[in-house]
Amino acid sequence: MTLSDAQIWLVIICLGAGSFLLRLSFLGIIGSRDLPEWLLRHLRYTAVAVMPGMITPMILFPTATGGQFDMVRIGAAVATIAISLWTRNATLTIFGGAGVLFALHFLLPA
Amino acid sequence: MTFPRDFWLGFWAGFPFLLVIIPFGVVFGVVATEAGLNVSQTMGFSILVIAGAAQFVAVQLMVENAPVLIVLATSLAVNLRMAMYSASLAPHLGQISWWERAVVSYFMVDQAYAASILKYDDSPEMTPRQKLAYYMGVITPVCPTWYIATYGGAVLGDVIPPTLPIDFAVPITFLALIVPMLRSAAHVAAALVSIIGVLAFSFVPFNLGLLLAALLAMVTGAEVERQISKRRVKQ
Repeated sequence: MTLSDAQIWLVIICLGAGSFLLRLSFLGIIGSRDLPEWLLRHLRYTAVAVMPGMITPMILFPTATGGQFDMVRIGAAVATIAISLWTRNATLTIFGGAGVLFALHFLLPA
Repeated sequence: MTFPRDFWLGFWAGFPFLLVIIPFGVVFGVVATEAGLNVSQTMGFSILVIAGAAQFVAVQLMVENAPVLIVLATSLAVNLRMAMYSASLAPHLGQISWWERAVVSYFMVDQAYAASILKYDDSPEMTPRQKLAYYMGVITPVCPTWYIATYGGAVLGDVIPPTLPIDFAVPITFLALIVPMLRSAAHVAAALVSIIGVLAFSFVPFNLGLLLAALLAMVTGAEVERQISKRRVKQ
């Protein structure tokens, strides 16, 4: 790395400030003002609009395998979805999914 | 704490995220120090930026000797989704005081947002103060552990065997939050557009494909909801 100490701190502080402003943006500006119904209707779908897209590449093309399709990870993802539908409990799902992931990792031939 | 019950509900909702936070904090500490950052700079990242994905992207670009402006622009693009979280939380937490909203904003990580919004949508009877207590509960196990794990990785070095598939803890925890969110046809449609969109826009640089896909998915969800309620009114 050729960046100086000062440049590294510049990156950290600017990135910290920028991230904070992004997080504060709407929460800070809108505050307790009422939003129009059409906008609220769109905001209701924020989580299901961001999260599935965020994890899809991690499931299909994991960086850890160099983007190669991986049966261990796909199997764990399918099992996690099944456990979630079955138990309806996020904590059980997370530990169950992790259990399946490690079971497949050690049981499936590499 | 005004609403201890909501706080503890949030705390236990946030607790399983430790499965992700600990290994990733350690890995960040290792990656950052191996890249040449000292311990205080590594901790500066985890405390001031407090955003897993963006921190990894920034360090990676710094290793590749990218210009400072490119490092900042690319990492901030990764964090643009936080502005969407901010808008999504505004109807729930907009009424709390300004400094409380600043605290909520500082701790707005994916896990805090996802666990809280899932709870808020399921419990519309909650008051803004109860929602705040829940949010603070979720971040209590998550965020301090992020700092500690980063420090552990920076000081102790690599304690996690590199062959373990720990990268997959991230999609597992998010799947556990997303599946219960698919409570209507509109939610399912939005999620499908998000998945297809991110694959279709994978050529778009700076992670902006995800943002495009998310915006399309939000419009889809809202439109499906509008069509369904229109049909209901007619019947």
